[in-house]
Amino acid sequence: MTLLCASGLNVSLGAKPVLRGLDLSVAAGEFVGLIGPNGAGKSTLLRAVLGLLPFTGEILLDGDDTAAMKARRRALKVAYLAQEREIAWAVPVETVVALGRAPHRPGFAAPTEADRAIVDEAMRRMDVTSFRHRIATELSGGEKARVLAARALAQDTPLLLADEPTAGLDPSHQIALMRLFGELAASGRGVVASLHDLGLAARWCSRLVLLDNGRIVADGRPGEVLTPQTLRAVYGVEAFFGEAGGAPVVHPLDLSGPAGG
Amino acid sequence: MSGDARYALLITLLCAATLTLFALSLTVGPAGIAFADSIMALFSDKADGVALIMQEIRLPRALLGLMIGATLGLSGAVLQGYLRNPLAEPGLLGISATASLGAVLSIYTGLAAAFALALPLAALAGAVVAVVVVQAMAGARGNSLLIILAGIAVSSFAGAMTSLALNLSPNPFAALEIMFWMLGSLTDRSMTHVWLAAPFMLAGWAMLGALGRPLDALTLGSETAASMGVDLKRVQFLAVFGTAASVGAATAVAGAIGFVGLVVPHILRPLVGARPSRLLLASALGGACVVLAADVAVRLIAPGRDLKLGVLTAIVGAPFFLWLVFRARRRLT
Repeated sequence: MTLLCASGLNVSLGAKPVLRGLDLSVAAGEFVGLIGPNGAGKSTLLRAVLGLLPFTGEILLDGDDTAAMKARRRALKVAYLAQEREIAWAVPVETVVALGRAPHRPGFAAPTEADRAIVDEAMRRMDVTSFRHRIATELSGGEKARVLAARALAQDTPLLLADEPTAGLDPSHQIALMRLFGELAASGRGVVASLHDLGLAARWCSRLVLLDNGRIVADGRPGEVLTPQTLRAVYGVEAFFGEAGGAPVVHPLDLSGPAGG
Repeated sequence: MSGDARYALLITLLCAATLTLFALSLTVGPAGIAFADSIMALFSDKADGVALIMQEIRLPRALLGLMIGATLGLSGAVLQGYLRNPLAEPGLLGISATASLGAVLSIYTGLAAAFALALPLAALAGAVVAVVVVQAMAGARGNSLLIILAGIAVSSFAGAMTSLALNLSPNPFAALEIMFWMLGSLTDRSMTHVWLAAPFMLAGWAMLGALGRPLDALTLGSETAASMGVDLKRVQFLAVFGTAASVGAATAVAGAIGFVGLVVPHILRPLVGARPSRLLLASALGGACVVLAADVAVRLIAPGRDLKLGVLTAIVGAPFFLWLVFRARRRLT
């Protein structure tokens, strides 16, 4: 089942074209890592799918055109984990996570037992239950990131978009988050995460999409996308390629060309 | 105690305080009328002196205190939540300043003297101008920074035009009348003022009151809120027009009453667990308490001197705000 289908997608920020005629479709069960250098258009792609940017072309969510879709209906199909970890007011952690249930409740309705169970499950999966009563603005950066990820999980949508979700997390929580995204995909959802850490992307994603200059330059299994040639051409780096436990290991080593010797 | 029980207790206490202060506002005044007599007179059909004072002077004053206080508290809470900025207040959108300018122009041109409702109507027209300019400048996409900047520009311009009217005022009496009006007061308002302001305020409250859930979602930033199903255009429309209708009407009948919309949400925020949706009702009741209390205080402090309400709220509000900043400085740095 196709959860997301973008075709002929063009986005300009001001006069500058950021995405140029991009085609991408994501099926249920896929954990797609969106990689590419700074300014390649990763965040712009995610934000266009969410209807936060004007675009030309077509974006279908679950087969429905997003152009005429109400924000509330979109929120039942796709959740978003933003790069900025903004929490404006000193509210408790569980209040933040429970915000994810808002699109599922009409008007002034109170949360149901089912809502509470989903919120509890999201907090458990992101390992934030132990500090559910603490004030969210007083947490460390990594704790805040997990709370916000739990919020996105609580929205309980078929598709999850995450913008650099692993930035600022310690290795164990980075791996836990990547595992969780993998589990979500395995349970029949779709996850698209923009990533800068090629090592994590190579090991945990089921598919990588490499963006450069607003276009997709490679798309496929991690081993097919991350090659010495593509890393040199797109990032300008040389990398170590290996294998451990049946999954690829990629670690950037130095700059290509004269600078890297 | 759980958050829900604490919230219910807080709302109950605020309701009780509002009712008490409303009753005090009805019964405190230069004409020393006993409490029971004054309440009886409110509902009497006789056209005697006591009934006249109660029905024509004190009732509109107390009602306006209640309505204006609720307006300032509610709109302050909405704007702080919408702009995610604890310094936001109803004056920020330029609505108070342009409403004042409209009122000042009606005094300056003599219209206010010729026709009793000219002043509040001109003030409402001023509020409409502000809202049209701010909405047009900020565009439909709901960028809060643009709204703040447009509001500051509109406020400054309206302030300059008000100064110009003072500068060119035909005689010192006109200048004095303008100055006194701008200080903000509830003295000598009639039921006509209540009937004029009420529809705008009720419409404004309805628009602002619908924003609870979207404001909760906006805690996580506008993009995350949009991804949770919040229609940012609608939120901007309701916040701007709701503030314009209610605060425009408040300024039109009472002049500018500062610091209530800024300080009240601040005091109450920690007591409602910082949830923007819970702050709305609490802040509306809190604003009503503060304005009613201040309006009783001006009658008690200087009975013969007509101390202006807006002066008192600023004198008490500003140092109090400074204390709040002082207390919060460790968290802010």
